[in-house]
Amino acid sequence: MILVFIETRDGVIKKSSLEALSEAKRRGADLGNGIEAVFVGTVPDATAAEVFPFGAVKAHILENPALDTYSSQGFCRALALLVGDLKPAAVFFSATAMGRDLAPRLAAALGVSLASDCTKLAVKDGRLEFTRPVFAGKALLTLSMKAAPALATLRPNIFPLEPAVPFAGAVIRKSADVPDGLVRGKVVDILREPAAEIDVTEAGVVVTGGRGMKGPEAFGLLKELAALLPHAAVGASRSAVDSGWIGHQHQVGQTGKTVSPDLYMAFGVSGAIQHLAGISGSKFVAAVNKDPEAPIFKVADYGIVADLFEVIPHLKEELIKLKG
Amino acid sequence: MNIHVFVKRVPDTESKIRIDRDAKAVVEEGLSFIISPYDEYAMEEALRLREANGGTIRVFAAGREESLVILKKCLAMGADEAILIRDDAPESYDGLRTARILAAAVKSRYPEFDLLLFGKQSVGADNAQVPSMTAELLGLPQANVVTKLEISGPEGVAYREIEGGTEKVAFSLPAVVSAQKGLNEPRYETLKGIMAAKKKVIPVIPVAELGLSDGELASGIEIAGIDIPAGRQAGRIIGGGPAEAAQELVRLLREEAKVI
Repeated sequence: MILVFIETRDGVIKKSSLEALSEAKRRGADLGNGIEAVFVGTVPDATAAEVFPFGAVKAHILENPALDTYSSQGFCRALALLVGDLKPAAVFFSATAMGRDLAPRLAAALGVSLASDCTKLAVKDGRLEFTRPVFAGKALLTLSMKAAPALATLRPNIFPLEPAVPFAGAVIRKSADVPDGLVRGKVVDILREPAAEIDVTEAGVVVTGGRGMKGPEAFGLLKELAALLPHAAVGASRSAVDSGWIGHQHQVGQTGKTVSPDLYMAFGVSGAIQHLAGISGSKFVAAVNKDPEAPIFKVADYGIVADLFEVIPHLKEELIKLKG
Repeated sequence: MNIHVFVKRVPDTESKIRIDRDAKAVVEEGLSFIISPYDEYAMEEALRLREANGGTIRVFAAGREESLVILKKCLAMGADEAILIRDDAPESYDGLRTARILAAAVKSRYPEFDLLLFGKQSVGADNAQVPSMTAELLGLPQANVVTKLEISGPEGVAYREIEGGTEKVAFSLPAVVSAQKGLNEPRYETLKGIMAAKKKVIPVIPVAELGLSDGELASGIEIAGIDIPAGRQAGRIIGGGPAEAAQELVRLLREEAKVI
């Protein structure tokens, strides 16, 4: 059986958790394994049932008032107990902030290794094989696990959703034993960014500005452009971030975030090797740069050699026409 | 306040990575190495906390003798002591193996600490596993990908990056914290610091002396292969004036790429 951890935020299941579930269904079919899902915390039946159309036959809910807010220690404890009971062949997480925090802790609790941030899974000789970018995508490592369960986090936006098939699975509630005093650190508040609701790692379109933006004001133009594009977020190159034009949480590249959107739009980005490494998973790349020799054009599906300040207003106009 | 900082020697981020397919490894020849950039934020945070609270900073690296270079750098930045855990094994990409080594070294040799500071991940292996795994092995709370840290007495508050926002994590010491860009601006070594670092002796602990079993020191990962991804192909340059090119780009994104 493959167990998939399902993350909820504000009571809503993360799409990337359903992506992990979908991939578990595909690889589980290769292995002859069933799929089960696990939630931690207070989750209504109706929410839990949303995993059944994506391949889970059971949804486990691990409950304890101590688990109503996220804590790596509490969630790890609850999951370790369930994994001990169910003995799954593999446990998948989405490589979100929570998944990346929790999965390694669980791996250490179980005494097994973890494949982080996988972009491809396969079954070879009856074993799961995990492929994951290393050196920010300059190389790809393929590995398998010597011991069970095989733990992996799956990068968001890479694995397609399975078509939903109606299925009535079983919701199983368990009280999780979390001893008093075990949890010594927990989330006490979540501060939302008012402007950018979508993170570059989760966005369908990333609109990025580089050194050619010339200052913080121009990022306003990118925000306006992003607002006209589907599920879009604003990104930035390292030099734009280091110049203080925009916050580091927008930085894309080897010392920033690795992104895999459907469309990556680079404005005034030269395309340093560290930056290109971070965008290699993008389905399409479009670039606007004054310099025809800029390395970004070597990886761009569509390039415009022009001043970005002249192009952006026309792009906005075209997108508004499209919407209208 | 006693702080342990953990650092790793990694290929410079400007490096072009070449691989040896048969050895299933990255070719090290011709690479230059640096301290993993996120570890510098951890080191800087330790210095700031010591300035505010006093105490001792010990820096640890696990790896080959070449890691002495980055330990010297940390001493020059202002660390009180540096310790090399000598491990000659090739890169295993297995975070658990590293975490076991670090946890064993801390437990058996340096058990007096209030805070363990890491970079959020090493650039290279890109695992982001070792801080959480070490926290679990030592039974400590954790806060990862931290952009702001406040410690007062035995309590800490860390602000960590999540999708589209920030999570505020409250914890009690001792604890594990991993640093993200934005936490601080690392200082440069001073000449005085470099001179002082030269005089310091860095103790070397062979990994075999940490009391770990062969099983614990073995990698849990079997590497099937390492490859360079097929590079993206350059596409087409859209000509014409800005208005024309913008119109054509939107058309292509809609009709050909079908992404908008």
